[in-house]
Amino acid sequence: MIEVENLKKIYRLGDSKVRALDGVSLQIQDGEMVAIVGPSGSGKSTLMAILGCLDTPTKGTYRMDGQAMEKLSDNQLAMIRSRKIGFVFQQFNLLPRTSALENVMLPLSYNGVKGKTRQEKAQSALEIVGLSDRSRHHPNQLSGGEQQRVAIARALVNEPSLLLADEPTGNLDTHTGADIIRIFQNLNRERGQTVVYVTHDSFIARHTNRIIKIEDGKIVGDEKVENPIEAGMPRLDDVLAPAHRDEGKAGQVL
Amino acid sequence: MNFFENFRIALRALTANKLRSGLTMLGIIIGVAAVVALMAVGKGATSGITSQVEGLGTNVITVSTARFFREAGSTTQTLFYADYETIEEEVGSLAKTTPYFQIQASVVNGDRQADYSVTGVTSNFASVNAYTVSRGRFITQQDNLGEARVAVIGSQTSQDLFAGLNPLGRDIQINGISFSVVGVLASKGTSGFSSQDDVVLIPLETGYSRLFGGRAFSGGRRTLSGITLSALDAEQVDSIIAKVEYTLRREHSLTLRDDLGFSVTSQSQMLSTLSSITGTLTALLGAIAAISLLVGGIGIMNITLVSVRERTREIGLRKAVGARRNIILAQFLVETLTLSILGGLLGTLLGVTIAWVVSLSGLIAATVTVDTVLLAFSSAALVGLFFGIYPAYQAAGLRPIEALRYE
Ligand SMILES: Nc1ncnc2c1ncn2[C@@H]1O[C@H](COP(=O)(O)OP(=O)(O)O)[C@@H](O)[C@H]1O
Ligand SMILES: [Mg+2]
Repeated sequence: MIEVENLKKIYRLGDSKVRALDGVSLQIQDGEMVAIVGPSGSGKSTLMAILGCLDTPTKGTYRMDGQAMEKLSDNQLAMIRSRKIGFVFQQFNLLPRTSALENVMLPLSYNGVKGKTRQEKAQSALEIVGLSDRSRHHPNQLSGGEQQRVAIARALVNEPSLLLADEPTGNLDTHTGADIIRIFQNLNRERGQTVVYVTHDSFIARHTNRIIKIEDGKIVGDEKVENPIEAGMPRLDDVLAPAHRDEGKAGQVL
Repeated sequence: MNFFENFRIALRALTANKLRSGLTMLGIIIGVAAVVALMAVGKGATSGITSQVEGLGTNVITVSTARFFREAGSTTQTLFYADYETIEEEVGSLAKTTPYFQIQASVVNGDRQADYSVTGVTSNFASVNAYTVSRGRFITQQDNLGEARVAVIGSQTSQDLFAGLNPLGRDIQINGISFSVVGVLASKGTSGFSSQDDVVLIPLETGYSRLFGGRAFSGGRRTLSGITLSALDAEQVDSIIAKVEYTLRREHSLTLRDDLGFSVTSQSQMLSTLSSITGTLTALLGAIAAISLLVGGIGIMNITLVSVRERTREIGLRKAVGARRNIILAQFLVETLTLSILGGLLGTLLGVTIAWVVSLSGLIAATVTVDTVLLAFSSAALVGLFFGIYPAYQAAGLRPIEALRYE
């Protein structure tokens, strides 16, 4: 369970201050599947970075399973990132010139998992995202959707209690995006995996059980979704103009 | 995470980016190779020159009017044949002495012609200067008494004028005067900067009467270019020099305050002068080598700094998936150490090879020493280490999100 109280993140640029987060409070229970939506620049990524312990808030408290994050040292935060959190980026952020399997093995090596076990765990994580036959491929030999699935496998491989994704479908076409969302839905339903993802697409947001709306660094809406959409269902504009489907922008490796 | 784990991660990172690794290593290789090769050439040149001078014999003392280094305002005296006779009387029991007079002259054999130093000598010139005759005979006392028109030529002269044919009994023209070749000297090799094999020797008396002309006389008295002495005992060299200087002052009515006007030098003094010259040479080469190392270092720095953007985001990602700062630093330490050591080894190998090729060419016996290798190796490794670690250290201190956003 994560609890956030009055979270603030203020960037100083010269004389002006940017209040990227301006007093955010929320709770997310284990096993929830949550979408965070809001216009561009509203503070979604800032919130996700703090939830993922990639960044620290200017003010406010953040507790994960009762533990206060703001009190932890750099090394303790690294431990939390390694054991409890899986993070999926919009830009995939895979290591270039490094095979899919090795990319997935990376978090394991920082978590003390050794040789054979490491390989097996990475291989089964790739299986979960349906890429066991692509383990030897390098990022530049994979499509955008496949790269993002490798990134999800990497996020899953340490069996985190919290899976965070910042616009995971943002660089993908709708069809490929649906595959990604399906993986999240399956993880959530079959394993009780807590999943929080950001999207600016309300259709994709409605694949979850709960939608949190952010505007100007504040939460302006928090509602339950009564009938979540099943991943793979056609969206209305798809039905109307299927030819307009975008074939996906190029992904990005580091 | 243990050391081997980290080593594996580092190697993986290195092999994943072969071009970057290769370029970084190239900088180190060039720097180290340049230092090793240049220092080897410098050391080889030094020991080559000094050993050649030593080969002349440390017992040899030269008296001449020409000075090795002339101080400003110094006066030059004329060395007379009579001075030789007095010196012979004074130190003849301690050293073999031999007078000589030298001119530059055109020497002709048929259609072959060249300018040589033609030296008028006496019969003990060969033994004082450690020449041996390879064919024929040396100039004798009878040659001098009879003012014979005979010549003994060096091995190089023989090669130049006779192109391998037997010169004995043949005539050569020195400034148009015919001399018969009676002997050829064995090769002595080069001394410092001048060859000792392109000489032409004639009897001193013949020179005075037929060849040297008026320049060999001053006030009607016969003069000399120099006198060479060979001490019978090396321990006596300094006292012989003192005696010779004293004799010259007495004969030329010079007080101790007057400038002597002659140079009386032993081979060992010459040696110390030369080694100070070659010392400067080595220092110069060392400076060039240091510049190469610096350039190599800047190369290393460049490639590491250029890759920092990529590496910063890589570091951000590694931190995001759970790497601690020390683990990342250790990875980069191992990476740069591997590159530095491998580059250092290859650079040393290349430098030694260059030194070897230089030696093979016969110009200089380049000598590679352990301390130059260590110097080159350690400075390259330090440069590589610093510029490899420092950017990584900075990046690893960032919060993951900052490192990931780095542009
Ligand atoms: N590193 C930063 N320095 C300064 N301002 C920032 C920085 N990161 C984000 N911001 C600002 O914070 C606000 C929220 O950004 P972000 O969380 O990325 O929004 P979103 O992901 O919802 O589009 C924006 O106005 C943005 O300009
Ligand atoms: Mg964003």
